Amino acid sequence: MTPFNTLTGPAAPLPLANVDTDAIMPKQFLKTIKRSGLGKFVFYDMRFQAGGGERTDFVLNRKPYRRATTLIAGANFGCGSSREHAPWGLADFGIRCVIAPSFADIFAANCVKNGILCIALPANEVEALAALAANPATSEMTIDLPLQLIIAADGHGCRFEIEPERKNLLAAGLDEIGVTLQQESDIARFELARVRREPWRNTEDSRP
Amino acid sequence: MTHARTLYDKVWDSHTVTADDGGPALVYIDLHLVHEVTSPQAFEGLRTAKRKVRRPDLTWAVADHNVPTTDGREGHVADPESRAQLAALDENARGFGVGYFPLTDERHGIVHVIGPEQGLTQPGKTIVCGDSHTSTHGAFGALAFGIGTSDVEHVLATQTLRMKKSRNMRVTVEGKFGPGVTAKDLALVVIGRIGTAGGTGYVVEYQGEAVRALSMEGRMTLCNMTIEAGARAGLVAPDDKTFAYLQGRPHAPQGGRWTEALAYWRGLVSDPAAQFDREVVIDAASVVPHVTWGTSPEDVAPITAHVPMLDKFADAGKRTQVERALAYMGLGAGQDLDGLRIDKVFLGSCTNGRIEDLRAAAEIMRGRTLAQGVVMLVVPGSDAVRRQAESEGLHDIFRAAGAEWRKSGCSMCLAMNPDVLGPGERCASTSNRNFEGRQGRDGRTHLVSPAMAAAAAVTGHLTDVRRLAPQGDAR
Repeated sequence: MTPFNTLTGPAAPLPLANVDTDAIMPKQFLKTIKRSGLGKFVFYDMRFQAGGGERTDFVLNRKPYRRATTLIAGANFGCGSSREHAPWGLADFGIRCVIAPSFADIFAANCVKNGILCIALPANEVEALAALAANPATSEMTIDLPLQLIIAADGHGCRFEIEPERKNLLAAGLDEIGVTLQQESDIARFELARVRREPWRNTEDSRP
Repeated sequence: MTHARTLYDKVWDSHTVTADDGGPALVYIDLHLVHEVTSPQAFEGLRTAKRKVRRPDLTWAVADHNVPTTDGREGHVADPESRAQLAALDENARGFGVGYFPLTDERHGIVHVIGPEQGLTQPGKTIVCGDSHTSTHGAFGALAFGIGTSDVEHVLATQTLRMKKSRNMRVTVEGKFGPGVTAKDLALVVIGRIGTAGGTGYVVEYQGEAVRALSMEGRMTLCNMTIEAGARAGLVAPDDKTFAYLQGRPHAPQGGRWTEALAYWRGLVSDPAAQFDREVVIDAASVVPHVTWGTSPEDVAPITAHVPMLDKFADAGKRTQVERALAYMGLGAGQDLDGLRIDKVFLGSCTNGRIEDLRAAAEIMRGRTLAQGVVMLVVPGSDAVRRQAESEGLHDIFRAAGAEWRKSGCSMCLAMNPDVLGPGERCASTSNRNFEGRQGRDGRTHLVSPAMAAAAAVTGHLTDVRRLAPQGDAR
């Protein structure tokens, strides 16, 4: 995974509450068996008309937001389905940071694993950033993860909080499975102790 | 003596392999359910890294999202992408040696219906699946939650997850439900009360007389919908109903092991003095049949009410969403919900595709027929549910009414398969999500209970089921 350090690019405002993962990545694109290439389907029903033509009023179809690197959204962003296709699509489109008043749990967890930084800020701060982003002339933002700072086009800085382990994972671009596998002996010890203490948990004898 | 703990605390504590102060813990996973949509990339990741499935004996795979629900599906799935995804699951399940219920297996069904049916779902287990509705299994006092594909791969490789503990919320439902009121209505009331983000960061335990009175099926419906309130998981402490449901199921402990397990399970209750971070209290007697009017499960109202006025919403983002939702749903603020014409009815899903759900709908539909122009799909949650329903003659009631009697699968809940809503079609649906496009592009979903779905089917519009049901037959 690409380590996250600083990110500079246009921020696209999407001031809607409860944007769900069905909206971010509709179900017909979940039939892929690959992780890649989902960027062209992100927000599909919002971006495209039924016939396939672009909806010119949708933010990601307008300049400079076609190359947006940050999305500024309403509360409870990413609610609904656990589909990781949603963050895969966002990342493939080029969006590596989402700023919103709040995020759904599973979506936020999925983002970290795909190099996407979710920044939760108070609603008034999100609205202020969205207002700047709505004007193409002031839409560019820099996200500095080490400093935990959003730097807007007007030079204004906005500090954000992030859980230390999420920051580390993003900054290092770590393979979490590799890290956990180093604890193999802990896991094996846990399993052994438990099956001795609670032998009814043994699945071997119930397997057909 | 240790401090008073909640049920969630107890399950969590007994599964932490290593705990880091303040940071994420390494949590052991007892049961990993796998389906075809969210697993191919995880298995591919294992292959690329030359890793194995650590505990194939704790891993069970089934295809449910993509599968057609029509007869003869085993031989031919028309959509090539669906076919490729089903083939990938088949190859991965067999290649990695995990448990597997193929489409031709009589144990086939929706992953969250067959886990309990097979006795794989048990109190005190940690259960994950790459599907948000894994919360269903919390009905047994298991800590069960959905994960993304990266975490599916993590569990396949390590049988653990790195995660932070959630906070504790208690929803207490005292009193008794009135006639025509079901677990689905309670679930909708809870979501309407706390909002779709109200549960974010929490695990919710349901307590109270009305929850105890729910059947296992009802508890599953309630826990299933808990994710729609944003919570990581829902829980109901196991009791004699839970144990009676599980005893004798294929994967439940047998003989002496059953007795040992039972002794352990009986301890899986929140201590009386345990503290919850948030408390919600609901009076069961005040719950009436509910229906959603918008495109978020929190957009819900009693069937006796109307679409709310916009000035009811203080938050600007929410108001914008509601305006958009009403335009999408073709509804006006202030419009009555009762009497709203519908085109389709979907009875099924991991929320309401169990035997009790089919019985509730059949009871309303017995001797009645679908209203003119209404199409109804009845999709049992599993093949076992289908067989049970047929043995009770329920399929004859549905067919006589004019409904289609299908095979098990996710069907029109998410419309990844041939069962979809057309543009502008309005559907009374027993599923869990009314998001834009969820059941088909520009399709309009109203979430309801099975009884309410049946009432809509026979009248042709959203209807208060209490006008149709004989009194005194709640649930």
